[in-house]
Amino acid sequence: MPAPIRLRELIRTIRTARTQAEEREMIQKECAAIRSSFREEDNTYRCRNVAKLLYMHMLGYPAHFGQLECLKLIASQKFTDKRIGYLGAMLLLDERQDVHLLMTNCIKNDLNHSTQYVQGLALCTLGCMGSSEMCRDLAGEVEKLLKTSNSYLRKKAALCAVHVIRKVPELMEMFLPATKNLLSEKNHGVLHTSVVLLTEMCERSPDMLAHFRKNEKLVPQLVRILKNLIMSGYSPEHDVSGISDPFLQVRILRLLRILGKSDDDSSEAMNDILAQVATNTETSKNVGNAILYETVLTIMDIKSESGLRVLAINILGRFLLNNDKNIRYVALTSLLKTVQTDHNAVQRHRSTIVDCLKDLDVSIKRRAMELSFALVNGNNIRGMMKELLYFLDSCDPEFKADCASGVFLAAEKYAPSKRWHIDTIMRVLTTAGSYVRDDSVPNLIQLITNSVEMHAYTVQRLYKALLDDISQQPLVQVASWCIGEYGDLLVSGQCEEEEPIQVTEDEVLDVLEGLLVSNLSTPVTRGYALTAIMKLSTRFSSVNRIKKVVSIYGSSIDVELQQRAVEYNALFKKYDHMRPALLERMPIMEKTATNGPTEIVQTNGETEPSVVESKHPPPVTQPTNQANDLLDLLGGNDVVPVIQTTMPTKPASAGGELLDLLGDLSLSGGPPPAPAPSVPTSQPSFLLDGLSSQPLFNDIAAAGIPPMTAYNKNGLKIDFTFERANPNPNIAVITIHASNSTEADMTDFVFQAAVPKTFQLQLLSPSSNVVPALNQGTVTQVIRVLNPQKQQLRMRIKLTYTLKGSAVQDLAEVNNFPPQSWQ
Amino acid sequence: MIKAILIFNNHGKPRLIRFYQYFAEDMQQQIIRETFHLVSKRDDNVCNFLEGGSLIGGSDYKLIYRHYATLYFVFCVDSSESELGILDLIQVCCYFFKMLCRKKQMVFVETLDKCFENVCELDLIFHMDRVHYILQEVVMGGMVLETNMNEIVAQVEVQNRMEKSEGGLSAAPARAVSAVKNMNLPEIPRNINIGDINIKVPSLSPF
Repeated sequence: MPAPIRLRELIRTIRTARTQAEEREMIQKECAAIRSSFREEDNTYRCRNVAKLLYMHMLGYPAHFGQLECLKLIASQKFTDKRIGYLGAMLLLDERQDVHLLMTNCIKNDLNHSTQYVQGLALCTLGCMGSSEMCRDLAGEVEKLLKTSNSYLRKKAALCAVHVIRKVPELMEMFLPATKNLLSEKNHGVLHTSVVLLTEMCERSPDMLAHFRKNEKLVPQLVRILKNLIMSGYSPEHDVSGISDPFLQVRILRLLRILGKSDDDSSEAMNDILAQVATNTETSKNVGNAILYETVLTIMDIKSESGLRVLAINILGRFLLNNDKNIRYVALTSLLKTVQTDHNAVQRHRSTIVDCLKDLDVSIKRRAMELSFALVNGNNIRGMMKELLYFLDSCDPEFKADCASGVFLAAEKYAPSKRWHIDTIMRVLTTAGSYVRDDSVPNLIQLITNSVEMHAYTVQRLYKALLDDISQQPLVQVASWCIGEYGDLLVSGQCEEEEPIQVTEDEVLDVLEGLLVSNLSTPVTRGYALTAIMKLSTRFSSVNRIKKVVSIYGSSIDVELQQRAVEYNALFKKYDHMRPALLERMPIMEKTATNGPTEIVQTNGETEPSVVESKHPPPVTQPTNQANDLLDLLGGNDVVPVIQTTMPTKPASAGGELLDLLGDLSLSGGPPPAPAPSVPTSQPSFLLDGLSSQPLFNDIAAAGIPPMTAYNKNGLKIDFTFERANPNPNIAVITIHASNSTEADMTDFVFQAAVPKTFQLQLLSPSSNVVPALNQGTVTQVIRVLNPQKQQLRMRIKLTYTLKGSAVQDLAEVNNFPPQSWQ
Repeated sequence: MIKAILIFNNHGKPRLIRFYQYFAEDMQQQIIRETFHLVSKRDDNVCNFLEGGSLIGGSDYKLIYRHYATLYFVFCVDSSESELGILDLIQVCCYFFKMLCRKKQMVFVETLDKCFENVCELDLIFHMDRVHYILQEVVMGGMVLETNMNEIVAQVEVQNRMEKSEGGLSAAPARAVSAVKNMNLPEIPRNINIGDINIKVPSLSPF
């Protein structure tokens, strides 16, 4: 067999490839040669082959078949082999336990090798990819090497120790004795890695931190080293653009930050040196700024003197004006960190920060935006908002969503007047309407409703906005809603604050009908428009025209709209006496939560509170990590985590809920402000329908799929019944019914499920977490399974409950789903 | 901690990849692609920091990069690293790669330097193993190991010499024999063909 080609030749050959396919072909050919060479156990060229494999691996071709060859190379006596073998191990080896087991022994031998470079390679590999078992087995060797006088090994051993501690934190104490003399070392490499090791220990354990502060007197030692560094003259070894070992200085400053944090004595001990570093560091080069930046962060984090803090903030202010974008970026980042503690100090740089909004660089822009929002307060809100709205106008699409919600939050918190607030939100909706979050529509509607004196003004503004542009959906929705509510104010033209506009009823209806037919309108917007028209039937005199429009949509192809229209039609025909009362103006809404999605509880006197208030299920204690536990159920990575949504259970629908239905702000699948704010829009058919659609659709869809028993053990029986979600046949809706035939209640009942990766699973909240005894009732819970590939359904379930005071946990696999449920 | 060091060229072709946290092979390639996508659309006159890679680490994760002639040097780090410090480190690394490759093959690089800007890229391509060995002495397990240039150069040199003493034909008779046996090997091309300029390659590593 001829000798395999050299790595360099392979590279050269691959570089001649003109197309991807040609390259692939070359690689495949070479891989075949390498495989056969491996099969022949060719020892001479193994290193060459592995080196070639590493090159292919870099290009993204599979190279796992070289894993064992790496191990063979490591076991070889030759340094060349070991060197490439260890490199291959670091690059190619995956997390398989058996491979690691094989390696442990080799590494152990090499850690005790007579050549320091072999020992170094072993340390490096262990420190890069050692598994927790490996770390446990080899920690003793690492600790021994940490105490040697050989600085080449010592520095590597220190970093290896960091890796060991990360993998197996309980081994930390083992390295404690060896840390004693680390800082008296002269070699900078060892000093650097020792500081890294000490940092890791202090960060991980408060006990260690206290020990190093009190017993080891770490702070004075570090201060001494730092002093030597800044005082010492030029040393060619460690000099980087005129500064002595900036990397070590940065590391020490970081460790000082951890040691000084909320500790008066330590902070006191480092005040002087920090001031010295802050004033003496040469800042014409990046390295100097790196140190200065680190110093500033340390000063801000520890309990430093006030004078020092002023100095630090001023350094950041100087950074903000720096020409180098990187420096500006880190200045913004650190100001953002300090804005909570030193709000006023940061406030002084406001104008500079606002200027950064105009920077061309997106990273800087983003930081400046975040910082600007953090700086907004009651005093500067008008000015800041002007800048931010201007930014919103001109910024890239990727910023608009964040910026818009930032403006909403700030406006809500600090609005100087209601009018200003409404103006601001409307401005956002007109400029960045399609980027705002879904909940901003109900939020604005609520805001408008609650500012009674502004109704006429608002509806006029919105009507004008609607005449200009009907493409911004959220704006159109709010406008439709307001016109529906306050149409009478609009046509009467009573507005004190602005030049009243003269519109007729017909013009208003024209606009709304225009929305119904416009291509730009989403189904949700159409729903808003139709409802608005309906409401106007009690506010306008042209009832006949409205009747006509409503009846036309009785045959709309959009089911949602159709249903709405049919209901309104019924209202005209059968319940006309109730209509004025039903379509009365909305009462003022109470606000229950600020910031984020707002939950609005409606206090409509005509509806029963129990129906309106969404009933939350009993608190199911479900920490997120439990979902991770469940991942283990299906054995590792072919499982998607269970998404446990806490959805308020929808109150049972009953016919008499017509009132409630009409009271709803949004009558379609859009963001419903009431009664169930957290129900996602993807589930429209469940919620909007107080009347009849749910039972109806259950009847149809459930037909044909037989129920099944998924679990029956120890008195707990779980039955599954199936439905197909209506619009999307890929979603199977499974309702579980848990019943309990024992004589005691099962409490804390939690049902969890996991499905293979090709499925997606959504678990809604259970009806209760107590399964009553003697089959006196069932707990139901809805699972929605998305099965786009129509594969056979498989599920692992995990059940936990408490029966007579003892916790029970069981796992089961469900494979016998009826084919109709997934086909 | 440094999660990964990625070097790729202006077309996204990887030139060196080193992950310090385990990722499956396809995930690694995905990360490279995503990183290239994020970095390559940025102008040269903007800052060298970038947030928003979704594949490693989430919000705690930052890309710090330098664009250097035809190459992007990207360090993926978490918040425990100093941004400006890493920028310096990238510069140090670049310097090493260049210097070590030059020292070995002065002629090779000197000529290239006159013809091309992309000297560094070719260095990386043809010295993949060596570049890894240098990196190994600078960064270990995602942490900075040594920044003293002389020390690093000296240590790598000693190891290269050890390798050479084992790998040369004279030191390994087994190889010499097999080399003679395989005289009918296709002639090893002595020229690299890049565009229409040919460059002599004076020395070849044992691989």
